[in-house]
Amino acid sequence: MATVASKLYSDDGSLLVLLLDTNPLFWSNTSTTFSQFLSHVLAFLNAVLGLNQLNQVVVIATGYCSCDYIYDSSLTLSGNSESRRTGMPALFASFLEKLEDFIVKDEELIKEQEQEHDERIASSLLSGSLSMALCYIQRVFRSGHLHPQPRILCLQGSPDGPEQYVAVMNSIFSAQRLMVPIDSCYIGTQNSAFLQQASYITGGVHHAPKQLDGLFQFLTTIFATDLHTRSFVQLPKPVGVDFRASCFCHKKTIDMGYVCSVCLSIFCEHHKKCSTCGSVFGQSKLDGASTVSEKKRKAPDS
Amino acid sequence: MLLTFEPNDEKSHLKLHVQSHNIQSKKYSKEGSHNLPLFNLLTNNNSQGKPHIFEFETYQDMHAFRDVINNAFAYCEEPKEQPSIADLELRIKLLRENNELQILHKELVQTKVLSEYEFWSRRKELLGKDSIGKWKQRVGLKNVMASSIKPSTDGRTNRVTFNLTPEIIFQIFSERPAVRQAFVNYVPSKMTEKDFWTKYFRAEYLYSTKNTAVAEAEAAEDEVLSVFLKPDEILAQEARQKIRRVDPSLDMVVDQRDDYTHTMNDKFGRRSLLQDINRHSAAVLEGRCIADVESDDSRTIAEALTPAKQGEAGEIVTGNRNGGSSSTTKFSFLALSIKESRDYFESQQRNVLNEPRVAGASKRNVHDAYQSLKNSFVEMRTKGLSDPLIRPEVSFKVFSELTVTISNAKTVNGNNPPESVLDRLPKSSKDDTLRHWILIEELLRHFWSSYPITSTYLSTKVGRLKDAMLNMYSHLEEIKKSVPSDARHEVSSLVCSRQKAAFQQFDADLQRRSTKSVGGGHRKRPNDQMGVL
Repeated sequence: MATVASKLYSDDGSLLVLLLDTNPLFWSNTSTTFSQFLSHVLAFLNAVLGLNQLNQVVVIATGYCSCDYIYDSSLTLSGNSESRRTGMPALFASFLEKLEDFIVKDEELIKEQEQEHDERIASSLLSGSLSMALCYIQRVFRSGHLHPQPRILCLQGSPDGPEQYVAVMNSIFSAQRLMVPIDSCYIGTQNSAFLQQASYITGGVHHAPKQLDGLFQFLTTIFATDLHTRSFVQLPKPVGVDFRASCFCHKKTIDMGYVCSVCLSIFCEHHKKCSTCGSVFGQSKLDGASTVSEKKRKAPDS
Repeated sequence: MLLTFEPNDEKSHLKLHVQSHNIQSKKYSKEGSHNLPLFNLLTNNNSQGKPHIFEFETYQDMHAFRDVINNAFAYCEEPKEQPSIADLELRIKLLRENNELQILHKELVQTKVLSEYEFWSRRKELLGKDSIGKWKQRVGLKNVMASSIKPSTDGRTNRVTFNLTPEIIFQIFSERPAVRQAFVNYVPSKMTEKDFWTKYFRAEYLYSTKNTAVAEAEAAEDEVLSVFLKPDEILAQEARQKIRRVDPSLDMVVDQRDDYTHTMNDKFGRRSLLQDINRHSAAVLEGRCIADVESDDSRTIAEALTPAKQGEAGEIVTGNRNGGSSSTTKFSFLALSIKESRDYFESQQRNVLNEPRVAGASKRNVHDAYQSLKNSFVEMRTKGLSDPLIRPEVSFKVFSELTVTISNAKTVNGNNPPESVLDRLPKSSKDDTLRHWILIEELLRHFWSSYPITSTYLSTKVGRLKDAMLNMYSHLEEIKKSVPSDARHEVSSLVCSRQKAAFQQFDADLQRRSTKSVGGGHRKRPNDQMGVL
């Protein structure tokens, strides 16, 4: 299904914005270690950069309560190749350093916020990193000179946080508007409805590989293809898409609920007024019957 | 329906007449209490609740009475209809012509799963047509205005003859409101129609020759001609109004072409081609058609095109399919705006913070997790990246898995139509499967349209539909047996998958209702109320 108007891609350069999931709660519970995962990802980034001279890669880390830019291949200086760390090219050394700093900052943030809410579903801040990615891409569009075709790749393992539903959907529709496909590679155990919807709506590819030790193979086979090549390469399509939404009032995942006919906000229970656009709802038939019956019950008693 | 109550007493001649639609609610006293068996029927005459209390000898009598009333109610709620003879004939004819409809009718109505009324209520558009044959396609407006209407020329006598049909007149009036206005004003008071059109085409000719001097001279003599030669005043006014309503912070370059104000300087400089085309498309979008105006008289056409008063309300014109007169429905629309955006975002924030605490990570766990993450960095720095990155057998496994996924997706999603599952089946199974699919589709439509369940009639209907769908399973089993084994799964997924959602909904609903009535039972008070079930 293509809701995205098909763009004609003339060349095969690509700007890949990678959203990396660094949620510690997820990584402490998987069989694959974070270091193995990073090796796969770094090799994949190298492969993408090697495919075409014009390719660019930007990495944004999605933390538990914050997000940040980690790496931008167009800004990296060629010099300064002192390898302070063994067995690692200097390029990756700066990447790792920045990632580590980010994780430290994320931990400090959570210490500050701990007084406010102790428990929360262990999701990462997908909406934040999607917004940052879209801002970067918008800046690239507006820079004027020729740029490679941008796309977003989400490498996520944490489950969806229903409180982020509205923000994530807004980002997805912005991406659709900008004609930027969002690919998603889900490496967790449960299903991610957000990522499936994101890829479906924007015309990207969604895949959930089952074994993580072959992650590099998955990434290079499916997600390294640029947008021009995708028109003649068969990529896996999901059989069905999980379109469940979260309600706007309690952020619960629901599949049957009430929808405001003016602004299409979703609620799990009947409200008198829409909280988004302020339109007043009429009384529904069911409600009418129950309130009438309430009155009836009281009448004979008095 | 009129209910009449009579006491079982020969001496009294009291009769109580109650209209069934006036009955608001029924209450009865509970058995086992000290009260007499009473039944309270509340009617709604002139919006005032009037209770009618019936006293019975025994509770059995009262229960029997209650059952009778319930049945009467259920019977009343079923929508009844008396189809006319013409309707019946139409139905029989449709059934004869349309094979699919016949199958559906046979399976569903004759086995009493759906009533006639329900079956035909979904097909109102088929019955609404007067003519059984295909209705004529409305011909759209041709873009002749830009190229101007071509006359027939006669070289010998130097005459140019224009052939005017009502359609052309209609088009001229709809695209050039100033001409229409002039027609209404001058014909037949000042000149005949023929003169009017002669002048109009003279003006067109003058314009096409681009001879402004002659145009000015002639316009000075004849005021009607000048109306035709000048830019269209009414359109200019509309355009100016339109532009005033546009938000000035938008890019105005787009509207420049549409702006009539810059052409006003040039007295006889007429519209550009772009403006003509825009005007034509605006006329097309209005959707009016010559067939909507019933007469051929130019005057009637001119009057029919008079624009209605346009306020803030939007107007939608709908033409009747049978070519009758058009009807306009006014919809008032309000622009969507998030009223207080700060309030909205703050309420979202509140919701996030107020959400129920989900059992997630505790403080300790979070810190441990962060610590292990940091340790992995240390590990990477000492050991370097994993080497080898990926083992060959894992790589091969990934490749084969992907190949299977992609090739399966092609057949299941029907990307290559010739290889669809159904084509692999023998013809009889294929027909059977398709027939079942149509039946299930129809049943599911009726099923989902009955929700939410608000009356007894709907709940019995839903039960009937569910039983019918369950019966289909046995037929499907037979089909599956006759089909080669590799196609069985696809056949069943094709046909059965959508029923699962329906069954789930039905079961969940049933459970909810039974718990509600059980829970409600604990709260029952002496004058209890009848549930809607």
